[in-house]
Amino acid sequence: MTNLLERILPTVQKPARYVGGEYNQIVKKKEDVRVRVAFCFPDTYELGMSNVGMRILYGVMNEMPQVWCERVFAPWGDMEEAMRKHCLPLWALEIQDPEKEFDMIAFTVGYEMSYTNILNMLQLSGVPLRAADRDGLKNLVFAGGACVYNPEPLADFVDLFSLGEGEEITVEILSLYDRAKQEGWEKARFLRAAADIPGVYVPSLYVHHYNEDGTLQKIEPLDGVPAVVTKRIVQDLDKAYFPTKQIVPSTEIVHDRSNLELFRGCIRGCRFCQAGFCYRPIRSKSPDVLCEQAEACLEDSGNHEITLASLSSSDYRHLEPLTNRIIDYCTPRKINLSLPSLRADNFSRELMMKLQKVRKSGLTFAPEAGTQRLRDVINKNVTEEEILTTCATAFSGGWNNVKLYFMLGLPTETDEDVLGIAELVYKIIGVWKETAGNKKRGLSINLSTAYFVPKPFTPFQWVQQITPEEYMRRVWLLKSAIKSKSVDYRYHGSDLSRLEAVLARGDRRLGAVMEKAVEFGARLDGWDEYFENDAWMRAFDACGVDPAFYCREYGLDEVLPWDSISVGVSRRFFQKEYEKACRGEVTKDCRQGCNGCGANCLGKEGKCDE
Amino acid sequence: MNRLLFEKRGDAVWISHLDLMRVFQRAFRRAGFLLKHTGGFNQHAYVSLALPLSVGTESGCEIMDFELEETFVPENLCERLNAALPAGVRVLEVYESAAKLKELTHLHAQVVLEYDGGFSDETEQALKELFDRAELPVEKKTKKGMATVDIRPMIRFLKVERISGTELLLDAVVCAQNPSLNPAQLVNAIETHLPACRPDFSLCRRIEVLREDSTPFR
Repeated sequence: MTNLLERILPTVQKPARYVGGEYNQIVKKKEDVRVRVAFCFPDTYELGMSNVGMRILYGVMNEMPQVWCERVFAPWGDMEEAMRKHCLPLWALEIQDPEKEFDMIAFTVGYEMSYTNILNMLQLSGVPLRAADRDGLKNLVFAGGACVYNPEPLADFVDLFSLGEGEEITVEILSLYDRAKQEGWEKARFLRAAADIPGVYVPSLYVHHYNEDGTLQKIEPLDGVPAVVTKRIVQDLDKAYFPTKQIVPSTEIVHDRSNLELFRGCIRGCRFCQAGFCYRPIRSKSPDVLCEQAEACLEDSGNHEITLASLSSSDYRHLEPLTNRIIDYCTPRKINLSLPSLRADNFSRELMMKLQKVRKSGLTFAPEAGTQRLRDVINKNVTEEEILTTCATAFSGGWNNVKLYFMLGLPTETDEDVLGIAELVYKIIGVWKETAGNKKRGLSINLSTAYFVPKPFTPFQWVQQITPEEYMRRVWLLKSAIKSKSVDYRYHGSDLSRLEAVLARGDRRLGAVMEKAVEFGARLDGWDEYFENDAWMRAFDACGVDPAFYCREYGLDEVLPWDSISVGVSRRFFQKEYEKACRGEVTKDCRQGCNGCGANCLGKEGKCDE
Repeated sequence: MNRLLFEKRGDAVWISHLDLMRVFQRAFRRAGFLLKHTGGFNQHAYVSLALPLSVGTESGCEIMDFELEETFVPENLCERLNAALPAGVRVLEVYESAAKLKELTHLHAQVVLEYDGGFSDETEQALKELFDRAELPVEKKTKKGMATVDIRPMIRFLKVERISGTELLLDAVVCAQNPSLNPAQLVNAIETHLPACRPDFSLCRRIEVLREDSTPFR
C-alpha cells in the first residue's frame, strides 16, 4: 500500500520540496551515528535551501563522523492542512524520519517573522513547545542565526542559543551533547556545561526581573554563568570550513545558484543596519581561495550562475582582479556572475559592462532616505550625485530598469525628507530622458518603501518606531507626489513591520503571546497570503501585553532585554553613534580610520580588516 | 538527433516537467558536458522532453533530445550522467536517432488501484465491463472550462488484473499524442461511471512508448 505521505504528495503544490533525494544530500547509516540533528529552517524549502549559512552548517555537522544532520523545512499551508488532517508528523527530508525521533533540533533564525514557524514546526512534530516541558536530552532545541542576538522572545522555547558564526561553536555544542548522551547526563547538567562554551547562551540560567512600569530591572545570571555572552567569529575565513559539495535542489529555489561570501562584516556603519554591526569585525577571503571555491562549487553543482555576496561588495579590496578571473572562467562556460550590493559611488561602467557580457542584471539602489540631511543622520554615505551619475552610465549602457529602496519613519524624518524621495525619482527620470540610448522600451522605476524597524545592536536600538497611522500618512504623502507612469510604487504593510518591531526588541513576556498567536492560527507570517494580524492582536489581548510598549523609545540608561549578549561592538559606541545621528553628523567608514567600535577585540591581536 | 532514454522512479517522480529540464541541464554540466545554448538575450541550454510526464507518475521510458556544444557524443556519456543525476533519475541509453517524435503515437501505461479494505469479485467484473463499453465519456478540464470527452477511442487495449487482495491493475495501451490520454483519466472514468468502485488511491506508471505498429519508439 502506498504510504500516507505519498498519498498526500499528489494533492499539494510543489511536492518535490518535501521528499529530499537531491544530488549531494547526505545519507548515513543510523547505526553509524550517535547524534542525529534535525536542522530546521523556519520557512519554506525554497527559502531555506537558498540560505548560505544553512548550507555551511549542514556540511559542518555532517563532517562529524558521529553526527548525522538532516533537513527540515516549514510546510506550505496546503501541506500543513493535509498533515493535520491525517495526523502525519513533520519529517526530515533525508530519509523522511519524523523530527520527534531526533536527538537535537536546531533552528537557524534569520527573520523575526519566522518565530511562529518555529513554534508551529515543533507542534507539527509533536515536540513540547516549552523547553521546561522537555525533560531529557532528547529533542534538545537550539538556535542560532542573525535574529538571535536578541533571543528573549524565544527564551521559553529554546534550550540554548548559539551566538555568532557557527562553523566552530556548532562542533563544540554537538561534541558536548555526544558526551552527555553517552554518559547519560541530566539535561540541567548538560545545559550548565554548555553555558561554559564561549558564545552559548542558556536562557534558563538567566532570570529577568522587571520594574513596575514594565521595563527590565536587572538580569540575574545563575550558577556562575557569564553575565554577558559574546558572539563567536571565525578568525580566518580562508581556513574556515566551506562546503564545495553542496546539495543541488531538484526544484527551483529562490537563489538558484552558487553563493560565495567575499567577506564578513562591513566598513560602512549605516546606523539602521543590524547586519552591518553584528557581523563585525571585517574579515575577507583571499581572491585565490575565492576562485578555487568558485570553480569547485560550479563544477560540482552544475549551476550556471554564481553570486559573490557580502554586505557591500564594492568594499572588497580585490574586487577587480577577482571578477576578472571569475569572468574569464565563466564566460566560455556560459555561466552568469552576479554581484549584488555594489555601491553607487564606485560602481564603474567597466564592471557593469563586464557583467553584462554574460547576462544583464538589474540596477538597484538603496538610498534609504530622500534627502542628504537624513542620509547623514543614518550614515548612509551615498550622495545624490553618485546615484545620478551611476544612473546616467547605466541608461546610456542600455539599462531601462531601476529599483529604488527607501525607508519611511527614520529618526528625525520630516515631510521634506519624504518628498525628497519623489524629487530624487524625478531627477532620475530627467537623467534617463537625457542619456538613454534607446527610449523605445521606456523607463521603469520600481520604488519601494519599508517601514523603519529599530533593531537591537544598532545606534537606533533605543528609538521609537513611528505609529502605523503616521507611517501611512507619509506613504500617502509620497504617493501623492509621484504621478509619473514610469514609477511603480510599492510600500510595506504597516501591520507586519509593526509586529517585526515588537519582536525585534521584545522580551520574554512575548513567549506567551507567540504561543497564543500560533494557537490562533499565526504562522508563515512573512507571507502575505498567510499573515494574520488579527491572530496576533487577539494573542496580545489574551496575554495582557501591549505591543506599543515595544515600539516606544527605550531609555538610554534602561536595562535592555539583549543586555546579556554582546556582538563585540560596545554599547558606548552605539550611544555615541546615536548622539551623532541626532546632530546629523556622519561617521567615516572604517578604512579612513578606526572608529573604535570594539569589534576588533573579537579578532586575534585586536586586528580588523587586514 | 542525440537522444536519451531514461527512467524516473522513487522520490524523483515528484520532480516537475520544468524542474526536470533544469536537473538535466545541471547534470550535463556536472558530468563535464556543455549543452548547446539558445541564442538571444537570455541564453539557456536546450533540452527537449518528448512527452511531459505528470508529477507523481513513475516512468521507465522517458525520451529526451539534446545537443552538445561538442560535435560528437562521447561513449561514456551515459555513465557520467548517471553519476551526476539525483537518485531516481537514471539514463538507460544514449543514442542517435532519426525517428521523429510524431512517430511516437502510443503509450503502454499501468494504473494500480488501491482498495484499502479489499475489493469484491463484482468490482473486478464491473471494471472489466466498464472498459468494454463502446463509449466512455468523462468530464475533463480544458482551457475553456469543463468539457465532456469520450476517452474510449483513445484506449487501444486495456486489461484488468488482480495483483493482490487490495490492488487491481489496469494494463493499457493508450494514445500518446494528438489527442493524448492521460492514464489518470482511466481512474476518472471509474469515479464517474462506477462511483462504488472508486479506489482509495491510484498510481500511474509509464511502461513503454510505442509507434503505431506497437513496437517501442526510440
